[in-house]
Amino acid sequence: MLDLFADASFLASIPRFVTPILLAALGGAICERAGVFNIGLEGMMLTGAFFAVLGAYFGGSPYLGALAAILAGMAMGAIFAEFNVRRGGDAIVVSIAINLLAAGITTFLLRAIFDVAGAFRDPAIAGFRPIHIPAIADIPVIGPILSGQSILFYLALALVIALHVFFARHRLGLRIRAAGENPAALTAGGVSPQRVRLAALLMCGALCGLAGAQLSIANVNLFVENMSAGRGWIAVVAVLLTRGRPLPLFLIALLFGAVDSLSFRVQGFGLPQQFTDMMPYLATLVVLTILSWVRLKRSA
Amino acid sequence: MTERNRIGGELLPWIVTLAWIFAILFGLMLLVSAPFGTAIQGFLDGAFGGRRFAFLMATLSRATLIVGMALSVMLSFRAGLFNIGGEGQLVAGGLVSALVAVLLPGPPLLVLAVAMLAGMAAGAVWALLAGILQIYVGVPLLVGSLLLNFPIRYIASYLVAHPFRDVESGMVQSHLAPQGTWLPYFPGVRLDIGILFIVATSIFAIVYSYTTVHGYHSRMNGLSGDFARAVGLPVRRLTLQTLAMSGAIAGLVGAIAVFGIHHRYIDGMLVQPLYAWTGIIAVLLVGMIPWLVPLSGFFFAAIQTGAAGMERAAGVPKEIALVMQAVIILFVASRVSGALLQGTRKGEDDGA
Repeated sequence: MLDLFADASFLASIPRFVTPILLAALGGAICERAGVFNIGLEGMMLTGAFFAVLGAYFGGSPYLGALAAILAGMAMGAIFAEFNVRRGGDAIVVSIAINLLAAGITTFLLRAIFDVAGAFRDPAIAGFRPIHIPAIADIPVIGPILSGQSILFYLALALVIALHVFFARHRLGLRIRAAGENPAALTAGGVSPQRVRLAALLMCGALCGLAGAQLSIANVNLFVENMSAGRGWIAVVAVLLTRGRPLPLFLIALLFGAVDSLSFRVQGFGLPQQFTDMMPYLATLVVLTILSWVRLKRSA
Repeated sequence: MTERNRIGGELLPWIVTLAWIFAILFGLMLLVSAPFGTAIQGFLDGAFGGRRFAFLMATLSRATLIVGMALSVMLSFRAGLFNIGGEGQLVAGGLVSALVAVLLPGPPLLVLAVAMLAGMAAGAVWALLAGILQIYVGVPLLVGSLLLNFPIRYIASYLVAHPFRDVESGMVQSHLAPQGTWLPYFPGVRLDIGILFIVATSIFAIVYSYTTVHGYHSRMNGLSGDFARAVGLPVRRLTLQTLAMSGAIAGLVGAIAVFGIHHRYIDGMLVQPLYAWTGIIAVLLVGMIPWLVPLSGFFFAAIQTGAAGMERAAGVPKEIALVMQAVIILFVASRVSGALLQGTRKGEDDGA
């Protein structure tokens, strides 16, 4: 049982599962702090996954794929902002529409552009290659985790720190927090909370786009309909549990991602696939239940 | 905040909204270079036409399930309970009713009755689970109900893939329910009587919402939980009862899909067509006004079958229906239902 966890290939797979959840959750955190209740992460991520493949296929480079994913995610963020921030639509309603829009537009474009249904795979999709870090690669246990990952994983790690500093120090970061906590004060200071929220949604879209890119052009080299498969919702839970604070968020995303990769891992042990597929969601529910229970007891 | 003033007062924005929706529709059709005339003809034919109105019957059949899911979430939404776990409750109902019908011996009509009740009970239990998590554990209903969709989906998938699989069929599905339990068609058309159950449920939901004391209390709880508590209403019990009703209706819809259409549980049959999510947007589109829900459910069903017709006639991918639904809900629901939903997320409104 022990070598199940210490095995290098298992350890190496953890970041692949952590990265998409973490990136999307960081995006969600920015919205949460700005006072936008965004449960459309799933849709933004799915859009990113599709456009990453589109960019990587036609551009011939994973970086162009990532760029396309960022732009597409930002476009979804802009749509969200238009209907939620500017037109005053309920955030939950807009989120649900964003998720449906993403499911619809990706499958529609999949058939319209590539003329396939279900999945698109092609050698011409240029995916990210793993980056090997010589000095770190040989360290036991953390070597396989920290070396040989896609650039998006390292970017996600850096973003955890960057976002922490951003909320603590940066002017826009402070304004985002003000938009969430005390928009009236922000208005009094001459800054429009609406513009701040637009900025937050655009950043969130960009991060969710990258999360999608990790799914489609770093973990694998293809796009499958609905390939985000609920990970955006797990990211939403991570944001709710940590109230959008980057460092705890990182730990929760690590936990959820590790369970996700573990569920893949134990498939070889004769467990039916349905049970292993269920594991990340059960783990999320269990963690959510425990933390909510603790919080409830403390406030009572 | 009466919806009538909002709708009646401003005609121009609605024309602009329609123009936007059509512009996006035509843009997408341009992208696949579809012939507009053929596409629109195909849409109308797919939604309402066909030989002996076969496609209209398909629309009604689909509308049955969508309206059912819409009624289910509407009861919750009006009580301020953002239950978006309808999908899980639907799957629980469909799965349990199919398995009961396969396993239980006896006269078919009795089996059918027991199976449908069991399906409703299963849906209610799944909804109650989310309610219990909210009330006694503090897990927000929105998140708890949603996350519960995933385990039941995989449990159902496992059960029909392994212990209860009809191996000979070669597909991931349960055995066929006895023929006597199948819901009969109306004479001369391919539409099963499941729609009658939903008509009855609609009448129940409308009467319940507008005339019963329980419905009034539950709505009051939705508008202001604090007020409901202050005047001494049993808020927790109201919440659980409302969720149970909501889940039972979703379970009924699952049973109708089983006995009316497929006569067995097929893996993914209730999830992939997005019945639950379409039901939610059908409710949001009309700002949760009960008597309008059947109309908007039919409207979305027609969009979906129409899009299928458009695909047959002009090669436009039928997923255009999803895009249209999302666009409609963005433009329309952000105008109408924003105010109605405020009670569900207290403290979000900053007045800025």
